[in-house]
Amino acid sequence: MNVLNEVLAWLTDPAQWSGPDGIPVRTLQHFWYSLLATAIAAAVALPIGVYIGHTGRGALFAVNLTNLGRAIPSLGIIILMFTIFGFGIAPVLVTLFALAIPPIVTNSYIGVRSVDPDVRQAAEGMGMRGRQVLWQVELPMAMPLIMAGIRTSAVQVVATATLAAFVGLGGLGRYLIDGLAQRNLAEVVGGAILVAALSLVTELVLGRVQTLVVSKGLAERGADAAVRAKVEKAA
Amino acid sequence: MRRIRLGGVALAACLALLLAACGGGDDALEGGTQPNEQSSVTVGSTNFSEQLILAQMYAAVLKKAGVDVTVRPNLGNREVVFPALEKGEIDLLPEYNGSVLSFLNPDATETTTEEVNTALTPLLDGKGLVALQTSPAEDKDGWAVTKETADKYGLAKVSDLKGKASQLVVGGPPELETRPAGLPGLKKVYGIEDFKEFKALDAGGPLTTSALNKGDIDVGRVFTTQGAIDEFGWVVLEEDKPLQPAQNIVPVGRKDAMTDQVKQALDAISAKITTEELTKLNKLVDVDKQDPEKVASDWLTQQGLL
Amino acid sequence: MTDGPAPVLAAELIRWSWIGDHLDDIRDDLLQHVQLTVLAVLFGLLLAFPLALAAIRWPRLYGPILGTTGMLFTIPSLALFILLIPFTGLSTSTSLIGLTMYTLLILIRNIVEGLRGVDRDVREAAEAMGYTRARQLLQVELPLALPVIIAGIRIATVTTIGLVTVTALIGQGGLGQLFIDGFTLNFATPIVVGIVLSALLAFTADLALVGLQHQLTPWARSRGR
Repeated sequence: MNVLNEVLAWLTDPAQWSGPDGIPVRTLQHFWYSLLATAIAAAVALPIGVYIGHTGRGALFAVNLTNLGRAIPSLGIIILMFTIFGFGIAPVLVTLFALAIPPIVTNSYIGVRSVDPDVRQAAEGMGMRGRQVLWQVELPMAMPLIMAGIRTSAVQVVATATLAAFVGLGGLGRYLIDGLAQRNLAEVVGGAILVAALSLVTELVLGRVQTLVVSKGLAERGADAAVRAKVEKAA
Repeated sequence: MRRIRLGGVALAACLALLLAACGGGDDALEGGTQPNEQSSVTVGSTNFSEQLILAQMYAAVLKKAGVDVTVRPNLGNREVVFPALEKGEIDLLPEYNGSVLSFLNPDATETTTEEVNTALTPLLDGKGLVALQTSPAEDKDGWAVTKETADKYGLAKVSDLKGKASQLVVGGPPELETRPAGLPGLKKVYGIEDFKEFKALDAGGPLTTSALNKGDIDVGRVFTTQGAIDEFGWVVLEEDKPLQPAQNIVPVGRKDAMTDQVKQALDAISAKITTEELTKLNKLVDVDKQDPEKVASDWLTQQGLL
Repeated sequence: MTDGPAPVLAAELIRWSWIGDHLDDIRDDLLQHVQLTVLAVLFGLLLAFPLALAAIRWPRLYGPILGTTGMLFTIPSLALFILLIPFTGLSTSTSLIGLTMYTLLILIRNIVEGLRGVDRDVREAAEAMGYTRARQLLQVELPLALPVIIAGIRIATVTTIGLVTVTALIGQGGLGQLFIDGFTLNFATPIVVGIVLSALLAFTADLALVGLQHQLTPWARSRGR
């Protein structure tokens, strides 16, 4: 197909890879918006999810938050934020932040909650108090799910950060918006491929981080699978 | 137990909505995918308020003339909407002769109304389209700065930008960088050097408005009939050299849909609409947030066209 | 320096009179939204089932199917719709094709996982009782896989409700039209209405599907979920 050739030509054109409009710059902008939003969201959502998991209060909220979060249309949020804040990075950050919170809260909650009660009892039997149980037992055991939540959020955020271009900012979404405006289909396809690639890279990198962060003992015992089964039942 | 009952209620609600959707909502889904007959006209528009007003005006007079009309507003920007016209998904668009010309021929350099119309006719003809009578009203492309910027750099005419552009950030639609009437034109006709930075925003839309007001850009591409100009006290730089083409409002439609009846109804509007009138109407929608449909019908009634 | 958008917040986030004047448009947008969602999920189901069954029958297909669908999912929806325009125009077909692709991706995964998750013993018992393959599938495996499948339908439905708003950028949009209106007019009311309604729609649909699940799996009820 002719379009495929044009896309390849566009992607391999050296002009695309340099300058303030080049792919590297746009990718960095895209990555920056995503990183900022996900990091802040994790900083807020993790403690909340863990707290709910540890104390059991607000469980209904945590379990359903992901479903509710999926119901909020990001396009609407960013347009609303633009109407309130005007031009600038605020609309993008608020929207992506809102998008990233639900999976992290829900997964952190389930992760902590589904720690085997026997293990918790054993820890208490060993003389550990609430906070120690949390930090030394529950959190490490919840890591697989917590990381899964962060991964899910990050990938969603990267895919949605294309909206930044809609409110006049940078990022890979520019290729979609500009390509549409200039009727350059190759640019649109190229941009889409780049976003998909960045999402994939995010997924892979965070997957690697997960294997590093999760304690070897857990990984070997296949705790991941058991916990995943619990998640499916709760969903 | 409670969950089941709530679920049951929700299920019932969904079913009810579904039935309503199947029954009464067909109009909402239709529009644009049917073949067009002589007696029905689909009016489309892009997504800014002037377009919405004009589309509603066209629809109103056509309806009065006994034509079956469907309005499909807010379809996107011209890049998306014009092909729809070519394909027959819509039959009629409120357009600007200069913009259509540069859309169909990006290298066009004609500037006066007559020149533009003459150049436009064969281009449209080749696509099965026709431009009806152009109106005296023009919505030209302009360069706007805030009053503060105008005072600070002493800007009143476009040629005042010379020597100062390198300190200024300019914003506008993405194609501003490449179109002859855009940045290249400033260089070629006025000898203005490169701006400090170009930000791709939109064409006279909310992004450019916000960025200009907040100082993220110093010079913005605007449409001269925008309500925002008065609302925020912007200064539109005077075009002291011919660069921007004429931008007369003109209905562009598919030849087979532009019957004499249709032409007559639309020409009546084109004869009466002026730049001042259009600017006033835009203000009602942009600033007072009135409904484009209401603004259109009020004006038409005033003019004795409805 | 005047800051254009700020007065919007100060003045009115919701102008109730606007809502009153535009009930018809809002209703049309809502209906269009529902139609697009329902059709996309239905078509997605119709297409996902055979593909899922194929993936189970020939397990070697599953990896590639999952991989491709997973990758397609990362393509920004706006790009997909834009790409379809030259082929199917500014019509509902464009929106539907794009939306169905996304529901397909979600549903295949869940149908396969659901069917796979049926206890081997149960399947073998059915086989031992003389059930044909087809009967096994319809009367044993499918019902048992229902919770996971419906979970997938729930996700697909809620996700689609969000995606439909993106089609506003190509002239459709359902409730997304309200976002465009608010954007071009710099007016918060239609945007808020659009957000609230699509959230409510998603919430209602989700609840309804959970209710459906409870109806269809009576054996799960007695276990006191």
